[in-house]
Amino acid sequence: MTATTIAPAPAPAPGGGRAPRRRGRLREMREATPLTYLALILTVITSIFPMWWMFVIATRDSAAASQWPPAVLPGGDLLGNMERLFANSTANFTTGLLNSLIASTVVSVSVVFFCSLAGFALGKLKFAGRTFFTVAVVVTMAVPVQVGIIPLLIMMDWFGWRGELQSVIVPFMVSGFGVFMMRQYVLQTVPDELIEAARIDGCSTFRVYWSVVLPALRPAMVVLGLLTFMQTWNEFIWALAVLTPDNPTVQFSINQLNESAYSRDFALMFTGATFATLPLLIIFIVLGRQLVGRIMEGAIKA
Amino acid sequence: MTSTEHGAPPSARSADPRPAATATGRRPGRNRGTLMSRLDVKGSPYLFIAPFFVLFGVFGLFPLLYTVWVSLHEWSLIGGNEGFIGLDNYVRLATDAKFWLALYNTLGIFLIAVVPQLLLALTLADVLNRRIRGQSAFRMTLILPYITSIAALAIVFSQLFGSEFGLINQALGYLGFDPINWRGDKYFSWVAIAVMIDWRWTGYNALIYLAAMQAVPKDVYEAASLDGASRLRQFFQITIPMLRPTIIFTVIISTIGQMQLFTEPAIFDTGGNMAGGTQGQFQTVMMLVFQEAFRYGNYGYGSAIAWVLFVLVVVLGLVNTLISSRIKGA
Repeated sequence: MTATTIAPAPAPAPGGGRAPRRRGRLREMREATPLTYLALILTVITSIFPMWWMFVIATRDSAAASQWPPAVLPGGDLLGNMERLFANSTANFTTGLLNSLIASTVVSVSVVFFCSLAGFALGKLKFAGRTFFTVAVVVTMAVPVQVGIIPLLIMMDWFGWRGELQSVIVPFMVSGFGVFMMRQYVLQTVPDELIEAARIDGCSTFRVYWSVVLPALRPAMVVLGLLTFMQTWNEFIWALAVLTPDNPTVQFSINQLNESAYSRDFALMFTGATFATLPLLIIFIVLGRQLVGRIMEGAIKA
Repeated sequence: MTSTEHGAPPSARSADPRPAATATGRRPGRNRGTLMSRLDVKGSPYLFIAPFFVLFGVFGLFPLLYTVWVSLHEWSLIGGNEGFIGLDNYVRLATDAKFWLALYNTLGIFLIAVVPQLLLALTLADVLNRRIRGQSAFRMTLILPYITSIAALAIVFSQLFGSEFGLINQALGYLGFDPINWRGDKYFSWVAIAVMIDWRWTGYNALIYLAAMQAVPKDVYEAASLDGASRLRQFFQITIPMLRPTIIFTVIISTIGQMQLFTEPAIFDTGGNMAGGTQGQFQTVMMLVFQEAFRYGNYGYGSAIAWVLFVLVVVLGLVNTLISSRIKGA
């Protein structure tokens, strides 16, 4: 889980302040050479090929995965492969897909809500211990929580949650990274005057959060939600430890194929892999541009 | 905040004691400092941060600390807690060749992955830091691998690195090289896993470096150009030093992440018992934790390994931070 943390990299612009933003044509940039484009195109091919090939094999038979030269064009077996996949009793793929969709959605909504609430409090409200709590949040970001996996499983037994869907939801409903990201964003975008004005209008603190802070936070919330969705979707070791083959997440489900006698049935496995990637791909197509912006912004600010 | 404390009419307030508001009244300045609004202002901040700290405490901090407790016991899946045994699990660990091998593997894979990743990401960032047609499309493609299912792509790479019919071996054969035993050979298995990691993370890190590069003031380069410094020299003597804090940051993050490496080698290793190959040649520490705890049911011993891993991550993180502040100070 920790691996997907976005970097609030402490890259200080030399000379103290942030370097002024230069946009578009005003920025003096070096010219690209043909070599530049060659390097970029090679990178693009490397980035895309494994995913494309995954899709291609999902539309063909298993022999295509071992074929040389490699198959690069889709075939006509996708529907047949899908039929086999969704009917496969080892994988329980339908349940897995559904479970992952539910878990990732619930966790994302919860993380966005709780983290924006806490981020608002830490960024804009005055209370005793605020600095302490802010530092505490930052410290939690560096804690490799995955290490506590054994006691967490023991706890699931206490609660009777082993094998149940809530075991992959409830433990992930907050994130220190999310709180910190929201706090930074609140500080940047919500002026104190706006909050004071709302209070003078008689808003309670929660009302201020709901009607003033949340709308301002929307762009950051979208990115945090997307990252959390992706992270929950990708959760692997914990799902493997706590769930059972009859009630899997999608990652667990494709791993079942990989570990079983089906591991030579590449068409089947790659069809599973394709469907395990598809929701993330859709999100990427819709929100990829914002994500790029956020990663780059996170690298300079904070 | 007391200066801005204005209550809604008491009637509206007292009807709903929650901080979640019913305050619809728009009558400013009246009933300043009623009990409810004072409670709201004093109490809400704690109420707002409570979910985070409570949930993190229960599902993050507690299991982490409880790991120590479990590690001091004979504790198994079947029998539960079978009594305090002090440091026995740690003594066992110190002489367990499997543990040392797993640690060696984890560090080895980390190094093989992180060094090329760093160089590639820096190069890519430098390439992107030019006037390019389709700049934003290139950037998006760069982070495409980051937005994928790790397990799914690990399955794909496992086939690419297959020893008999894997695409990479076939390509090597086509070029006249001998096929490589990607799973059987220790170091080649590390390379295969490192490739999976780097495929996912290089573009992401390149974007971070690119952002940092664009924050370097242009006049520094202009001055260097006037002094006759070549592009290459500027890259090594201006860009790299300016990016040092960012580079160190990304290395710290990778260290924390890669020390817990699990998904890629677990899937690369078909069979599912987390052995990391026939000789444990690519079993990582986290795979060993999983194997001991969930395949063999040794919760106590697994916890001891997990705790050592935790201490290791913290120590490495501190060393990294220390080095970075030393460098910044210099």
